Amino acid sequence: MLAFILHRLLQGLLVMLVVALIAFTLFRFVGDPINQMVGLETSLEERARLRQQLGLDDAVVVQFGRFVWNALHFDFGNSFQFKKPVLDLIAERFPATIELALVSALLSLALGIPMGVYAALHRRVWLSQAILALSLVGISLPTFLVGILLIFIFSVSLGLLPSFGRGEVVQVGYWTTGLVTRSGLKAIILPATTLGLFQMALIVRLVRSEMLEVLRADYIRFARARGLASRAVHFGHALKNTLLPVITVAGLQLGSIIAFAIITETVFQWPGMGLLFLKAVQSADIPVMSAYLLLVAFIFVSINLIVDLLYAAVDPRIRIDARSG
Amino acid sequence: MADRSEAGRAIAGRLGVILESDVVHSFRRSAVTVAATILFFVILCAAACAPWIVPQDPFDLSQLNLLDSHAPPAWMQGGDSRFLLGTDDQGRDVLSSILYGSRISLAVGILSVALAAALGVVLGLIAGYAGGAIDSAIMRIADVQLTFPAILLALLIDGTVRAIVGDQRSGQQIFWVLVLSIGLSFWVQYARTVRSSTLVEKNKDYVLAARVIGISPAFILFRHILPNVMGPVLVIATINLAFAIVLEATLSFLGVGLPPTQPSLGTLIRIGNNFLFSGEWWITLFPSIVLVALVLAVNVVGDWLRDALNPKLR
Repeated sequence: MLAFILHRLLQGLLVMLVVALIAFTLFRFVGDPINQMVGLETSLEERARLRQQLGLDDAVVVQFGRFVWNALHFDFGNSFQFKKPVLDLIAERFPATIELALVSALLSLALGIPMGVYAALHRRVWLSQAILALSLVGISLPTFLVGILLIFIFSVSLGLLPSFGRGEVVQVGYWTTGLVTRSGLKAIILPATTLGLFQMALIVRLVRSEMLEVLRADYIRFARARGLASRAVHFGHALKNTLLPVITVAGLQLGSIIAFAIITETVFQWPGMGLLFLKAVQSADIPVMSAYLLLVAFIFVSINLIVDLLYAAVDPRIRIDARSG
Repeated sequence: MADRSEAGRAIAGRLGVILESDVVHSFRRSAVTVAATILFFVILCAAACAPWIVPQDPFDLSQLNLLDSHAPPAWMQGGDSRFLLGTDDQGRDVLSSILYGSRISLAVGILSVALAAALGVVLGLIAGYAGGAIDSAIMRIADVQLTFPAILLALLIDGTVRAIVGDQRSGQQIFWVLVLSIGLSFWVQYARTVRSSTLVEKNKDYVLAARVIGISPAFILFRHILPNVMGPVLVIATINLAFAIVLEATLSFLGVGLPPTQPSLGTLIRIGNNFLFSGEWWITLFPSIVLVALVLAVNVVGDWLRDALNPKLR
């Protein structure tokens, strides 16, 4: 088990290094930091002096080392656009995105798993067909359209829920939360639904197809032959084995929810990291882009690692594979 | 000459096999799939023929008249019979914009899927066949890339190009940047699938036989192994097409895709979104319907294809 954990850790570290290299390349070569800092009238000598001061004349390897070292200390430089440290910008917006992502992930799991199980157990019932059709529509509807539609119905036409912003937030230490105020809760409903719909549709389809495959397995047939109640077969035997891959995918989806939040945050003007990143892309704000890239990569790698370890803890076959391979 | 007629007969024979196959049979049985396929081809043809069938050229400024702007659909009060689905703020006919928009959306979608498939299939074949260091290098790159969702990668590539080239880019350039960024974000799936099937195929007798008689590896890869690993590739490509169209629309909607002077469906929706709150719903609604119909149609076909080609479900 220890070898397996080490192996995975090493892999994660490698991924982070590669991403850091990409981020560094962006940072160093695409957006010339000097051009962004000085005006047009700055003389060449002045530029050269600044270049030396910032260490841009050092060997590339040294610069990369410094970049990684700084990143490890959460120092990503200043945003070209806001003229503020990138860390402050991201720290301000981090809680908004995480809250949105978690709420929509919970929403999609809580609704998606029961619907998928139902659709698998009662294949021919009209409700299953309806669930399946709904899930197909769910993955076909672009997220931004869902957002526009929800805003049009619930904000513009009915005037029930706010169409933008986070509502009132409460400061808890470094964290700002909108989940304890009335207006904050009202504000998160539409964005979380928008973000969760696609994930829910994915989970419904995944749970259904996994469950169908498990139900065809020999041990299920055998359990039936033993005369177990179908409730026990379905929920005791089948569901347990269905949920294993579902956990993996759901865990990995958490990462892509954070990425997809870019769209939702734009539609709802949700003050999160995604909106910040999009503005950075639009104005070629390289430090923010590379910092966001590193952060998202870190979140992804950590989630991957946790999912892998959980999986190994649950399923002994993986541990054995890792040892032999 | 004899060769050619032989080949012709072989093709006819193959066609016959295809027409009588299970796949075609199951296609005919699924009414929804047939309907989705027809819908897809209707949109495809309408988009392809756009320059010849549109009532108004939305890019020709001399045909636009600001007096025609903000007209609702023809069947509503104040509607103009010349503009079936109404006009936008520039006096552009919404129907014509949609036809041109779907043309661009489909072009970006199809080209980027083609790019992703070509790249992924070639790399997958090489990785699977060569094995060793080449294999692990390609697959490690794939692993790293898989860590990032496609939308993030596409945004990143787009932002990088923006930083290099600057904001003065023509619509043509943006078009190819989009194709590139979407294509590059999708290749991993193909590579992984093709690699794993190649690993199975390369130890089969026909490949060994081909190697024994001294056929070059490239010929073995592309003429012998490739046809046998194409099934899953087709499924992935279909499902990817839907994703690619959505991704392009999303990027354009976010304002990093195609500009209003050369709008795709996503751009049209973004423009229309500004007028949604003032009650001019038709500028957004109709492009949205076409987009959703297109994506839904492709997804239905992709779903069916996956089940039809999956031997486990027969």
